[in-house]
Amino acid sequence: MVGLENYLAVAATLFVIGIFGLFLNRKNVIIILMSIELMLLAVNINFVAFSSFLGDLTGQVFTMFVLTVAAAEAAIGLAILVCFFRNRGTIAVEDVNNMKG
Amino acid sequence: MIQVFAFYLFAALVVLSAVCVITARNPVHSVLWLILAFFNAAGLMVLVGAEFIAMLLVIVYVGAVAVLFLFVVMMLDVDFAELKAEMAKYIPVALLIGVVILMQLSMALGIWAFAPEAEALRANVAPPTAEMTNTAALGMVLYDKYLILFQLSGMVLLVAMIGAILLTLRHRTYVKRQDVLAQMYRDPATALELRDVEPGQGL
Repeated sequence: MVGLENYLAVAATLFVIGIFGLFLNRKNVIIILMSIELMLLAVNINFVAFSSFLGDLTGQVFTMFVLTVAAAEAAIGLAILVCFFRNRGTIAVEDVNNMKG
Repeated sequence: MIQVFAFYLFAALVVLSAVCVITARNPVHSVLWLILAFFNAAGLMVLVGAEFIAMLLVIVYVGAVAVLFLFVVMMLDVDFAELKAEMAKYIPVALLIGVVILMQLSMALGIWAFAPEAEALRANVAPPTAEMTNTAALGMVLYDKYLILFQLSGMVLLVAMIGAILLTLRHRTYVKRQDVLAQMYRDPATALELRDVEPGQGL
């Protein structure tokens, strides 16, 4: 039988892959946003696994709110990205220094 | 037995596709791998009995977020090969941090256990699946106890939508547009001129 530990291990691995992706693609904002989505997915797997193995529905309700925030974050992030690309013609992170003092 | 096999299949595929997301050369491939990762995560959630969350994951992530990513990747004319060029420079520090966090998480996983009071402290005890499906049980909790939070999360989405539209909307001055008010306020006295033209002479 598959236990809770297996699910937690999968979620931990996914989370670390997300962090790894953040460092690996330091220049490409789109991949950075995708890495954040992966980390949120790992958190959701954790929530759902705990909720199911404990028999408590609160975790699944919270997962829905995490999903909402993730969708809003992706929409705003990509809108900022499109806006920035229009103004500067690039999406490299190190060129984002308009507000540097 | 089939459950164990399905778990390892989904788990292996979700990890594999997550690795492909961050290492793929082409961002379009990255998005497609991301979609595969979401599908397999939904499979994992079906295995633990959270069908509603699994379907929500497919609809929201695959149907909306991933398609949004795909749309933006294809719309922006970026030289992605140039962005990838310095990837090797960051591998050592990324590996170091990744391994450290993985070790910490696995240490926490090794000594972890449910507290003895955990069963008694459950806020919303899930009814047995024979009595009520997962979706119905979630609805009983979400529309009753968490109604305000549910409405507020709708507000979050509304604000995000307004923000995204406001950020990307632009008025291009060189494009001719229809001005409805100007059309409505036009009157024949100023727009029309009658000339009495003599036959055979022209204007």
